[in-house]
Amino acid sequence: MSNASPLLEIEDTSIFFQVGNQGFSRNSNLIKAVDRVSLKLYKGEAVGLVGESGCGKTTLARGVLKLVDLTGGSISFNGRDISNLKGSNLKNYRSKVAAVFQDPFSSLNPRMTSGKTISEVLQVHNYTGNINGRAIELLELCGLQARFFNLYPHQMSGGQRQRVCIARALAIEPDLIVCDEAVSALDVSIQAQIINLLAELQRKLNLTYLFIGHDLSVVRHLCDRVAVMYLGKIVEQAPSEELFSNPLHPYTRALIDAVPTPDPQKEMHRTIKPLKGEPPSAMNPPTGCVFHPRCSIKLPKCTTEVPQVSDVPSDHLAACFAVNTIETRN
Amino acid sequence: MLLNVKNLSVTLNQDERFISLVKNISFSIEAGKTLAIVGESGSGKSISSLALLDLLPKNLQKSADCISFNGQDLMALTREQMRKLRGTEISMVFQEPMTALNPVRSIGAQLTERLCENMGMSLPEATRVSIGLLEEVGVSDAAKRMKQYPHHFSGGMRQRVMIAIALSVKPKLIIADEPTTALDVTIQAQILDLMSQLCQNHGVALILITHNLGIVARYANNVNVMYGGTIVETNSLMELYKNPRHPYTLGLLRSVPRLDQNRSHALIPIEGTPADAFSNISGCRFHPRCPKTQDKCNQEAPSFIDDVACHFPLLPEEVSLT
Repeated sequence: MSNASPLLEIEDTSIFFQVGNQGFSRNSNLIKAVDRVSLKLYKGEAVGLVGESGCGKTTLARGVLKLVDLTGGSISFNGRDISNLKGSNLKNYRSKVAAVFQDPFSSLNPRMTSGKTISEVLQVHNYTGNINGRAIELLELCGLQARFFNLYPHQMSGGQRQRVCIARALAIEPDLIVCDEAVSALDVSIQAQIINLLAELQRKLNLTYLFIGHDLSVVRHLCDRVAVMYLGKIVEQAPSEELFSNPLHPYTRALIDAVPTPDPQKEMHRTIKPLKGEPPSAMNPPTGCVFHPRCSIKLPKCTTEVPQVSDVPSDHLAACFAVNTIETRN
Repeated sequence: MLLNVKNLSVTLNQDERFISLVKNISFSIEAGKTLAIVGESGSGKSISSLALLDLLPKNLQKSADCISFNGQDLMALTREQMRKLRGTEISMVFQEPMTALNPVRSIGAQLTERLCENMGMSLPEATRVSIGLLEEVGVSDAAKRMKQYPHHFSGGMRQRVMIAIALSVKPKLIIADEPTTALDVTIQAQILDLMSQLCQNHGVALILITHNLGIVARYANNVNVMYGGTIVETNSLMELYKNPRHPYTLGLLRSVPRLDQNRSHALIPIEGTPADAFSNISGCRFHPRCPKTQDKCNQEAPSFIDDVACHFPLLPEEVSLT
C-alpha cells in the first residue's frame, strides 16, 4: 500500500486560533488546535481519527474540507496542494471531497425536501443527466425508497435523515468522504444500520473515508487504520487490528481500557484503572509531551522534550519516549 | 424491596387526544442494588423515572396502582411531602452537567443549600461537610473550589459536583439519567467507577438509565429493557446477556460493535425505526421490526408474563449473537 501515492496527504499540518482580546490589545492567546500532524490516506481505505472532545480531530477535518485555513504545513489531494485552490479548481476539489456531519437534524435544510437537497448538489456540479432520476437512485442506494424524495426533514427519523445526508455526499461521486461523528447521534439499533451502509458503500464505490469518532468500537469496526489524537497531536497510528491488540502509547491504552464490553462475564473479571485527571487546556498545553501530566509511565525527559514518531517507516507509529522501554508488548 | 412500582403509566394530553408515553410498567429495586434501564430514545426510560419523582411537565399525567418507596406510598404524598422526599431520600443526577447546576451561584452555595434545607445543618457545619463531600468525589483543592462557579469546572468535574450534591443528603436511592453520555470515554470511566463505588460504600440503590450496553454490563445488577413505552424484558444482568428472551433485547446485543470481537464480525441491525408514541401500532409495539413476528403479534399486545412481554419469547437455542 505504501508504494502507491496517497489520495490525501496531511503533512506537518498546524491549525492555530487566536482567541481572547482581539483588535488593539496585545494580550491574545493562541490555541494550537492541530499541532504538526501528519497523516496519509490511500485510495479505498477507511482511516479513523479518535480522541476526546477538544483534541482537534474536527478541526483537522475542517482543514481537509478547506473550511478553515492552515497555519502551517500542507494538505495535498492527489499530489496537489489544496491550500491555494481558488475558483474552478476549488470547485473541482469540492466535487471530490464530501462530508457527513454528526447531527442529521441541523445539517439538512428544514425547508427543503430530500429530493431538493440532493438535486441542488447535482445542479451546482453541472450534472448533465436526469437530475430527479439520479436523486432517487442515490436515495435508493442509501436504503430509502423513492417516496422519500418528497419528504421534509421533520417527516423523517434521525436514521433516515442521516441516510439523506449520505446520499447528498454521494451525489458528487466523491473520492473521499469526511465523516465527522456520523453515527454518534443515532440510537444503537439505527447506528448499526448506518455503519453497515457506510461499509457497504465503501466496498461498492471504492470510497475513501476519514472517519472521526469517539466510540472506539465503532471506529475499529469500520476503519482499516486508526490515528489517535490528544491535544492537537497524533500520538499513535496503526492498522486497526494492530492498534487495538497491541496499543503502544499509554493514552491509547487508557482509551481502550475505558470502553466497557457488553459482556458481564468479562466485565466482572476486568479491573480498569481509569486515567487520572482531565485533558489540559489547549490554550496552555503542558511542556514536553502533552500527555505527561496524566501518564503513568512517564520518564524524566517527558516533561521537557516533545516526543516524535520514529523516522523509521513503519505502519505502527507512536510518539512516546517510554514506548521503547515497555517490555510487555503483548 | 426499597422501591416497588406497579402499573405506572404516563399519558400526554394533546388536543383532546390521549397519547400514552409509558404504559403499565412494573418494576422494583432492592436496597443497595443497581438497576439499569436500557432503551433507545423515546422508549420512555427518562419519563418513567421523572414520573416516580413527580417531576413531569404539566401536560403529562401519571397513574399507577402503587408506587411504594421504603414503606411509604408515594401516590398518597402531598406536593410538599414529595418535595421533602426528593430532597432527602431520593436524589437525581442528570445527563447534562452543564445545565443541571445554577450558573450564577457558587458550587458551595449549591451544596450547602441542600444540607441546610434538608438536613437542618448550620451554615458552618454544612460548609465543612460539603468540603468533605467534594474531596470524596475527587475534587481537589475543595475549600477553594467551593467559592467557584460552575463555569470554572469542566464537564467531568461538574458531574462530580452533581454526584456530591446527590449524595450529600444520604439518600437511599439515586436516579442517574444518562450521567455520562455528555462526557468523554476516559472521564466516563472515572465518573461511573466513582458513582458505583460510592453507592456501594454508602449502601445507596442506583437506577442507572443508559443506552450503552457496555456500561450496563459493567455496573448493573438487574436490567429493565424498555421499548415503545413498555418494559419488554427484565432480568438479572448475567441471565439477560446470556439468555435474552425478547427479540428486541437480542437485536440490541447484536447491533453493537464490540472490541472483543473479530473486526470482520458483521453487525446485525434491527430493521426499521424505533416506535414513537404518536404512531398507531397495533398489537406488540415491536412487531413491525421483529424478525419473528406472526399474525398474533399485530393483533394483540403481549402481556408481561414471566419477566418478558412477548407472545413468542426466544428459546435458549435460538439465541446466537452472530
